[in-house]
Amino acid sequence: MLEMPVVDVEKCTGCGTCVAACHCNAIVIVEGKATIIETKLCGWCTVCEAVCPEGALHCAYEIVIEG
Amino acid sequence: MAAPVEFLQTSPYFAGMNASDIEVIAESFFAKTFNKGDFITWEGDLGDALYFVVSGAVKCFKVSSEGKEQILQIVLPGGSFNDVAVFDKGTSPTSTEAMSLVNCYVIAEQDMQKFLKDYPKLISNVISVLSERIRHLLELVEDLSFRQVISRIARILLEYADGAGPKPKLTQQEMAALAGTAREVVGRSLKTLQEDGLIRMERNRLIIANKAGLSQMINAHPSDKQ
Repeated sequence: MLEMPVVDVEKCTGCGTCVAACHCNAIVIVEGKATIIETKLCGWCTVCEAVCPEGALHCAYEIVIEG
Repeated sequence: MAAPVEFLQTSPYFAGMNASDIEVIAESFFAKTFNKGDFITWEGDLGDALYFVVSGAVKCFKVSSEGKEQILQIVLPGGSFNDVAVFDKGTSPTSTEAMSLVNCYVIAEQDMQKFLKDYPKLISNVISVLSERIRHLLELVEDLSFRQVISRIARILLEYADGAGPKPKLTQQEMAALAGTAREVVGRSLKTLQEDGLIRMERNRLIIANKAGLSQMINAHPSDKQ
């Protein structure tokens, strides 16, 4: 299963900044909260995390050494 | 619920102590669980308890008056936090937040103070732990004072990829808070490291493709702080 950005629903105010910024059309506001609906479209560009004024979106990286 | 002796034996606080002595101390511990995002202690709180992480990750951080966050340490299983406030009987110098589901064993400050009087070996262990903590903070000061951001990022990536045990995933915002910089600068640094072939970013995996090269990057620019 593809890893998705995580929305902190307690911090999310549903302002829609992430929706406007998402190049992949992967985010919508559902019942006042940002929701990743188009999971295959999300390209993990992390722009949503960068623009969120509340710090409600998290795109965390697993850091590994090759080999 | 008392802490298991086997768990406490893995902590540097109880290194070299008799199991029977640790068993007495273990009775004073109690278990606590925190959900991801829970604030565990706040900067300025009285240091009323010492926390030992069993599972999960806890970030220790300070926030400036402008709201900028600086992460001072990420405590992993086997580590402890709120040590300074407990041992100098002062207030917590940092705030702490659970980065994931966190299970801890906790001991009250007054119980720890009592055991320091009862067990001299515990005092020497406390000195060792706090000395190691000072060393870590001095390295952070060196990092923030003398290293360019890209070198600090390189060190963080190697630290979080190397070594045994589970490590938390990091967002670019958390990398920025660890490196004492802005998220945008982290983004640019990661792009540069990728262009140089030192790392590869595959969706939510950041792969260190050239460990030796990344290690060299840590000390590549010892002057000109960004």
